[in-house]
Amino acid sequence: MFSRKYFSILVTCALFALMFAVGSYLYTGFFSLQVILNLLIDNAFLLITAVGMTFVIISGGIDLSVGSVIALTTMISATLVQEHGWSPMAVIPLVLLMGAAFGWGMGAIIHYFQIQPFIVTLAGMFLARGLCYVISIDTITIDNAFYTAVAQTKIDLPGGSYVSINVVIALIVVALAVYLAHYTRFGRNVYAIGGSEQSALLMGLPVAQTKIGVYTLSGFCSALAGVVFTFYMLSGYGLHAVGMELDTIAAVVIGGTLLTGGVGYVMGTFFGVLIQGVIQTIISFEGTLSSWWTKIVIGLLLFMFILLQRVLSTRRSMQP
Amino acid sequence: MLNERQPILQMRRIHKHFPGVKALSGVDFRLFPGEVHALMGENGAGKSTLIKVLTGVYSIDEGHVELEGQELIVRSPLEAQAAGISTVYQEVNLCPNLSVAENIFIGREPRRLGRILWKEMNQKAADLLQERLQLHIDVTQPLDTYSVAVQQLVAIARALNISAKVLILDEPTSSLDRNEVEQLFRIMNNLKKEGLSILFVTHFLDQVYEISDRITILRNGEFVGEYMAQELPRIELVAKMIGKDLRLLEELPTLAEGEGSAAKEVMLEASGLGKKGAIEPFDLSIHRGEVVGLAGLLGSGRTEIARLLFAADRPDQGTLLAEGEGVATPRQAITQGIAFCSENRKTEGIIGDLSVRENIILALQATRGWYQTISRKRQEEIADEYIRMLNIHPNDPEQLIKNLSGGNQQKVLLARWLLTEPKLLILDEPTRGIDIGAKAEIQKLVLTLSQKGMSVLFISSELEEVLRVSNRVAVLRDRRKVTEIADKELNQQNVMQAIAGG
Amino acid sequence: MNGLMKHHLFWPLVVLAALLLFNLLYSPDFFQLVMRDGHLYGSLIDILNFGSPLILVAIGMTLVIATKGIDLSVGSVVAISGAMACLTISEGADQQAGGLVLTAVGMSLGLSLVLGLWNGFLVAGAGIQPIIATLILMVAGRGIAQLITGGQIITVTSPAYEYIGAGSLFALPFSIFIVIAMYIAALLLTRKTALGLFIESVGCNPKASRLAGIRSGLVTVAVYMFCGLCAGIAGLILSSNVSSADGNNAGLWYELDAILAVVIGGTSLNGGRFYLTGTLVGALIIQTLTTTIYMIGVSPEITLVVKAFVVLAVCLIQSESFRKKLVHRWKTRRYPAEREVTRHV
Repeated sequence: MFSRKYFSILVTCALFALMFAVGSYLYTGFFSLQVILNLLIDNAFLLITAVGMTFVIISGGIDLSVGSVIALTTMISATLVQEHGWSPMAVIPLVLLMGAAFGWGMGAIIHYFQIQPFIVTLAGMFLARGLCYVISIDTITIDNAFYTAVAQTKIDLPGGSYVSINVVIALIVVALAVYLAHYTRFGRNVYAIGGSEQSALLMGLPVAQTKIGVYTLSGFCSALAGVVFTFYMLSGYGLHAVGMELDTIAAVVIGGTLLTGGVGYVMGTFFGVLIQGVIQTIISFEGTLSSWWTKIVIGLLLFMFILLQRVLSTRRSMQP
Repeated sequence: MLNERQPILQMRRIHKHFPGVKALSGVDFRLFPGEVHALMGENGAGKSTLIKVLTGVYSIDEGHVELEGQELIVRSPLEAQAAGISTVYQEVNLCPNLSVAENIFIGREPRRLGRILWKEMNQKAADLLQERLQLHIDVTQPLDTYSVAVQQLVAIARALNISAKVLILDEPTSSLDRNEVEQLFRIMNNLKKEGLSILFVTHFLDQVYEISDRITILRNGEFVGEYMAQELPRIELVAKMIGKDLRLLEELPTLAEGEGSAAKEVMLEASGLGKKGAIEPFDLSIHRGEVVGLAGLLGSGRTEIARLLFAADRPDQGTLLAEGEGVATPRQAITQGIAFCSENRKTEGIIGDLSVRENIILALQATRGWYQTISRKRQEEIADEYIRMLNIHPNDPEQLIKNLSGGNQQKVLLARWLLTEPKLLILDEPTRGIDIGAKAEIQKLVLTLSQKGMSVLFISSELEEVLRVSNRVAVLRDRRKVTEIADKELNQQNVMQAIAGG
Repeated sequence: MNGLMKHHLFWPLVVLAALLLFNLLYSPDFFQLVMRDGHLYGSLIDILNFGSPLILVAIGMTLVIATKGIDLSVGSVVAISGAMACLTISEGADQQAGGLVLTAVGMSLGLSLVLGLWNGFLVAGAGIQPIIATLILMVAGRGIAQLITGGQIITVTSPAYEYIGAGSLFALPFSIFIVIAMYIAALLLTRKTALGLFIESVGCNPKASRLAGIRSGLVTVAVYMFCGLCAGIAGLILSSNVSSADGNNAGLWYELDAILAVVIGGTSLNGGRFYLTGTLVGALIIQTLTTTIYMIGVSPEITLVVKAFVVLAVCLIQSESFRKKLVHRWKTRRYPAEREVTRHV
């Protein structure tokens, strides 16, 4: 019984452990705390986005706009800070609010006009990406003191390793998301809608509020990821995070969340992101392998997990 | 005695119409405390609509509702629940991915400072199920690990927990076996004693008399009457449900006597055919020009046999021969001259977005393959011919089939299969949910076809209908074929006995 | 008039006409065609020429969407096909040789068919949702394309290969003829044979189709293979037009533009009825839009913003007839559930 409920997530964890072990066996210097921490440092923004995406996918939807919202956030932050001299203290709340509002808008259209999430968030993706270019088609580099300070701050951990502020933000987001998913009504309603929207409606759950809330949350997470990404890159650019919606979806699926909705764990997504990071790290340690192998391996993993989900769900439906 | 009490729920002169359909016109309904009130009527009589109006899924066009003497206006199932009216639907409307405890409490979880208290919730759920429903299960497991019967009890537990005054059970027994039904009835009786009022919708006459105190009958969206169960004989109940049209059915031709089937050649032969969990191995042979009926309660394995004979499902064991040749896929079955009208007209029959014409020629075109096209002109001729022959309304072959009524959709499906000139036609509940006129026409058609030499396997939950059209009846009980009854032995008494067993 | 407005081509054609009219007003010589060196030049020709890969991909996508599917991998297939052809040619001894070019074309189209088969197998054989099944190839496909090109941009010098995307026939770009040929082929296949009926039937109700004797699996696989083929040809046109293959950027966003074209053309994402001519118009609208924006001197990237609004507008118009719904919403706003419980009785 236990194994069925948590089977996918166990596979994800085992896979991560296995990949890390293989990397440690093959390459000297791989087996260290800092390598793991670097996974987090380099993928903090992906982790934050993927957390938002997890909720969307559990609710039975999808959000293709995340990459573009990240780009738009970096762009707006960069212009306001750099060219209009706004204070980061005003800019960051503003972009977070805009991200949430953007998600809210898409959610409202999805729910009230009953258009597929796929197509609405596709429009959102075009819109956000296009708005970047309306602002500027060039890179805007940020040299604001606050941003550079945050970017360069290293939080030392025992044993000589360190993490960045981004990692702290990402971990807080993950912790909050776990709480949100499992200990609040909103979280449980998301699972209920993913299980059966019709039932959720008849059980009197606030379907409209929850569905729109999920996209608002995803928009917010993307904007937060955009802020983190701005710290990471110290620039705003319309071509930032191109194709990240795919990485995000892949991370969520590899994390054991069912693309059909209703089943999934934030912690699974956490490991899904780490797996993607490990693949990149192994490829960079290998040196002779080219970067496109990342895509091929992630494609293969996607295939494996989708097939696994398929097998599990057929077995489940065969039970009386 | 019951009449002297005040009804807890009273609906007066309820009207509701949908574009093109008058779903309810002037329906009255009363529910008294501590009684089980059966809402009866054929498919399309307006039972579901009445329930949906009562529970706030639909708005009311006219009329009003009183709960405990207070005017009641509900705008959503949630408001209905809050007012004390809870519904358990035929298809369990819970979330299969959530745990049993969550399904009972979601939306009203015990919380402290917004944090859901899982331990307390699980404990409460386990207590609730044990105390009121005598159900001992692990409430932390996902709902879909349990059988439909348990899921239904969980749904009832959810309703009870919302401190229901009125519990609506919408065809709860359709997918339960006999033991499960008995368990449900025991629980219903207990709840009744506790003072709960239960509105019960079912198609099974036996169950109505077993459990209900009072019966309200609807027909075509109109109120027929309210009766005490003991004072209403079965035959009158049936007469009131199908109304004056009963005569129409009686005028139907019945089979000519003495048409023995033994001499004729075998069209289809199943030996030892079986599928685990669906139907135990059975033998069945159907001869040319013979109508074989399948009788048995819902869930006794009727549909499962039909699907195996058409190779729509794969059997675990046994052989299936059509005129001596094996059959393994629906496509093969069709080329061997077998046709199958599924009971699920909407999901397994019609192609909703295609026209009547396209729906009719579909199976024939499929047997011819994609390159041997039937010309457009020929298609139109065929469509016109069958629309006329089967009296399909509206008679426009370009109308999308989803816009037709149930009976006419059924006729289009019949046309689809008749066009392939099958040697054996399998009809699974061909008359379910269609009006009585179309019903009679379909029965007549079956008889005509068999006289022309076509074999028919006829499945229906209405025993009378099966008896009327069949030469021979195979009786099923608990997913097992128990006997075959033919010729002089074939009457209602014998078949009923076989179905009941013992 | 009312009947005319309900025709599925009405709104797409109105939009296209409006776009063209705007262009005419903005720049009177928009419709001018100039004959130079035996070639026709002009904005209209450009639209057809540059739009041809998109039209091809969209034609394949139409059939996939008609089966209630979707193919997200077309962009990757475009890149793979171009990469394969250029690799084959670049490794040949004589890049000019016609035989080599034919081999290259054959190789990439064969590979495209195999990729379509893979998608079709995942959808029909393994029973995975199309959007998920094709996501795999969408992600991995870019990697495969780069694997083929070795991460480089492969440049070829082969006039014979160049002819596919940049040559001209009867004074018109050759790619237009490829598109016309594929369009007619698709039209004949689906409307003159029963394939169209089978596709619509499978898309509308797969269970019922199986019970009616249609080999729905086979139909599905065939449709994905056809879509792969269309994407493959589009990849050839694109790469031959610039005589090079770029595994990373060739065919980027094609899946989205193609889906958009199909939806604008009136085919529902829920499967069933499909409209090839509608798709053609839809693709032309997208291409005209891009050209228009380019012409009026706005940064071409802004096309994305316009596309976003077009997507939304089209979806709103198609969603259960938007205006009616607003009225209906207003009437039933007090019963939220009545709107959402779609099936009554």
